[in-house]
Amino acid sequence: MTEPILRVTNLRATVAGQQVVEDVTFDVPATGVTAVLGRNGVGKTSTLKALLGLYARTGEVTLAGERIDRLSTDRIVRRGVGYVPEDREVFAGLTVAENLRLAERDAAPRRELVADLFPDLVRRSAQRAGTLSGGQQQMVSLARALLNDNRLLLVDEPTKGLAPKIVGQVATALAEAAATAPVLLVEQNLEVIERLATTVVVIDAGRVVHTGDAAELLDDPDRIQRLLGVHTSENAA
Amino acid sequence: MTTTPTTQQASSRSDETAPLPADDGARGAARRRWVPLATGLALVVLLACLPLLAISLPGVLPGPTYTPGTLQVLALALLVGALALSYHLLFGVAGLLSFGHALYFAVGVYGLAIVLDRTDLPLLPAACVVLVGGIAVAHVVGAISLRVTGISFAMVTLAFAQAGNVLVRRNPAGATGGEEGLALDTTHVPDVLVGVANTRNLYWLALAVLVVVYAIVLWVERSRAGHVAAATRENEMRVRVVGGRPYLVKLLVFVVAATLATAVGMAYLLLQSGAVPRVTSADFTLTLLVMVVLGGVGSRWGAVVGGVLYTLLDQRLGALAASEAIAGLPSVLRVPLSEPLFILGTLFVLVVLFLPGGIAGAAQRLAHRSGRNRDRQREVARDTIEESA
Amino acid sequence: MSTIVLLLITGLGLGALYFLVASGLSLIYGLMGVLNFAHGSFLTLGAFAGWEVARRLGADSWGVFGLALVVGAAVGAAFAALTELLLVRRLYERHIEQVLVTVGLALATVALFEGTWGSDPEFIEGPAWLRGTTDVAGAPVPNDRFLAIGAAVLVLIGIVLFLRYTRFGLIIRAGVENRAMVTALGIDVRKAFTLVFAVGGAAAGLGGVLASQYFGYVSPHLGAQLLIFAFIVTVIGGLGSLTGAAVAAVLVAVLQQFANYYWGYGDLVVVLLLALVLLVRPSGLLGRRA
Ligand SMILES: Nc1ncnc2c1ncn2[C@@H]1O[C@H](COP(=O)(O)OP(=O)(O)OP(=O)(O)O)[C@@H](O)[C@H]1O
Ligand SMILES: [Mg+2]
Repeated sequence: MTEPILRVTNLRATVAGQQVVEDVTFDVPATGVTAVLGRNGVGKTSTLKALLGLYARTGEVTLAGERIDRLSTDRIVRRGVGYVPEDREVFAGLTVAENLRLAERDAAPRRELVADLFPDLVRRSAQRAGTLSGGQQQMVSLARALLNDNRLLLVDEPTKGLAPKIVGQVATALAEAAATAPVLLVEQNLEVIERLATTVVVIDAGRVVHTGDAAELLDDPDRIQRLLGVHTSENAA
Repeated sequence: MTTTPTTQQASSRSDETAPLPADDGARGAARRRWVPLATGLALVVLLACLPLLAISLPGVLPGPTYTPGTLQVLALALLVGALALSYHLLFGVAGLLSFGHALYFAVGVYGLAIVLDRTDLPLLPAACVVLVGGIAVAHVVGAISLRVTGISFAMVTLAFAQAGNVLVRRNPAGATGGEEGLALDTTHVPDVLVGVANTRNLYWLALAVLVVVYAIVLWVERSRAGHVAAATRENEMRVRVVGGRPYLVKLLVFVVAATLATAVGMAYLLLQSGAVPRVTSADFTLTLLVMVVLGGVGSRWGAVVGGVLYTLLDQRLGALAASEAIAGLPSVLRVPLSEPLFILGTLFVLVVLFLPGGIAGAAQRLAHRSGRNRDRQREVARDTIEESA
Repeated sequence: MSTIVLLLITGLGLGALYFLVASGLSLIYGLMGVLNFAHGSFLTLGAFAGWEVARRLGADSWGVFGLALVVGAAVGAAFAALTELLLVRRLYERHIEQVLVTVGLALATVALFEGTWGSDPEFIEGPAWLRGTTDVAGAPVPNDRFLAIGAAVLVLIGIVLFLRYTRFGLIIRAGVENRAMVTALGIDVRKAFTLVFAVGGAAAGLGGVLASQYFGYVSPHLGAQLLIFAFIVTVIGGLGSLTGAAVAAVLVAVLQQFANYYWGYGDLVVVLLLALVLLVRPSGLLGRRA
């Protein structure tokens, strides 16, 4: 068992005077995709934001052994953390090319990889990101994280509100990304999780209620039902 | 100062008897209500007696407390304290950062001056007319500016106040006297409020104004509207979700604060026996903001203390600037030290940077630190929180 | 006709001054959420710096005047950058306190200027051409108007180019939209904060030297006088929008000139315009919806 890339211990976060992350403890292994599951509004997004220092937080967070819970967001990111936020958060007034240029951190950003994965973006490089479709915006958001050589990727619901075909495309891009760095993935789509995830962390009401092997959980529909309140497709069939 | 012994006595008594917790709680609640009230009353009585006493505070007051010069300064300080209190209602309670509060004060000052100058109305009816006018202006301006929030609100109120400033300085139909200002026409003012010999009557008037303003502010804060306003300050969305009407409540607070400022303005006119354009300026509102922040945002007594302290400092620093000691200094020191506003501005910056919560906040922290037992600490904290909530 | 031309060009000149103040205010607000009350002091200090240069080296030479412009801008930029570094930065993300600190700074610095240069206006000299007039369609237009307009246009172009073609410009544009996401890309936006303060301060300092030509004097209250209208311009144009600031500056100043000439209450008309804009479009002409 190798050292985990990210260790989160007793993470708590408050937003607007309200505690949105109660007490979260989990590890992210140094390889593969760790999926964060949970019902709507339980604090998945807030957990990622707290990890990045976008929300005021307490607790201990280490990235490859180094404490990062006191660092500012930009410092954490420069330690090698890529972030794909929940609602894409592309800069609407900037062109696609400018969005990508802004994200370039490394001396030799991986422009070819991004161009291969998202040929559409190359064609649309002069278009304002605000005028892109939701799927295209998601590609910009993913591309921003993939341009640099990261040690960890934090990806928040990349398939939210996308058509099934685009979901497949995004999943492929994520698989590609997971080959280069471990991924912490918040995702609601169980098919995507089935395809990508190796480990799962389930959050409820701001706390971790389950961690373990992804395949094991997915094989246990009752447990999924209990933890997430959803029926898997096999269960329904 | 008088609070501390009273609280000590009270808590030592409860230590000795150690009755049922419920009993203690009830008595504690009563004590929390009565101690500030008694302290306040004692303070008001003391202040009311000042013109009959000969207390000298060299360096703070220009002379013994019965002299007209000193009473004039003290009365001014009390009125400014009352004005700061009305600004506290706006900023501290409702969280409305207005840069135009001077406008309503100016409506009182200039409004009364003009009505007394142009009509034959006696003082009281004239004051009522001006008050109604002030309420009307506040309604219109408030209704428009509250359509936006935050910084935009600040700028819009600033713009309206600026319009008032321009109007006053342009001297339309010779009504405001332009840059010269307007002297108080005393024909219809009762004799007891006119002349240096009657300064102590004006001082008592100023004290009465402060007490009334304090009572009204307290009443508004404790009212349902006050609670909704405070809740709106914290989270407007939540108030709206539970069916509150933040806009109307904010407008109400805005109008009440403005009306109080108008009333204080009228007393100010009588005290200063004239109106000058400076009271309409944006700088004047900014100094109100300085007072409230200096005293501690959200604290009623903090606002009063801030206003009084600012006025006294301003007066004394002005005297210091003109003194021999300063004139002899090299210019690097003399220039800044001879500008009261430079010192006050710098003091303000320092307070914002290093003393969050202003004087009230510092007093609260001090009370915490010096508390001997935890029970009493909790007591004081609760008092202060209640006081400033 | 000639009156209208004169009012129009004079209005444009005044609009140029408003823009030089409002552009910085708007950028600073857009990126940092700070309403900068000290901006008027940047302008005033720039004006006095320019005046001191002219007084010492001879006011009527164009070379000295050019130097005065450069010194005014540099002093404004340095003052602004120091303000950000020493005062505003310590209160990161506490917007109300940041506004309060700039209020205190404005009060203190105006008092200091009064102590240093006296509270009365100092009448100024400049190159002879600036005191003259040029005939435009029969109207004798004072030349300093053209200078102010030209300078403001150059500043507008300069800022637009800077925002469009430099990496800092990219960061600032992105930061105005979504500051948190900029930091989440690993960028330290605080460097950009200092920079917008410096750029805004330079524009204001330059505006100070030009404003003292426009009005014919320098005084400790020059900045405060323009600041209030610059605030109005910023709100009408839409907080954070540079183009909005430019459009609103022209609109406000021209309207003000005409209303002043025909009615005498231009400043009131401007406030009414502000009220109207807020009733119809609370986010300003070109502002994003809040
Ligand atoms: N900026 C904010 N202001 C106020 N409340 C917030 C804020 N951000 C999050 N919250 C609250 O924190 C809780 C957790 O939100 P969070 O976005 O982390 O949930 P989530 O698990 O990501 O939900 P979803 O699956 O719907 O994305 C919610 O109740 C939300 O309303
Ligand atoms: Mg979420």
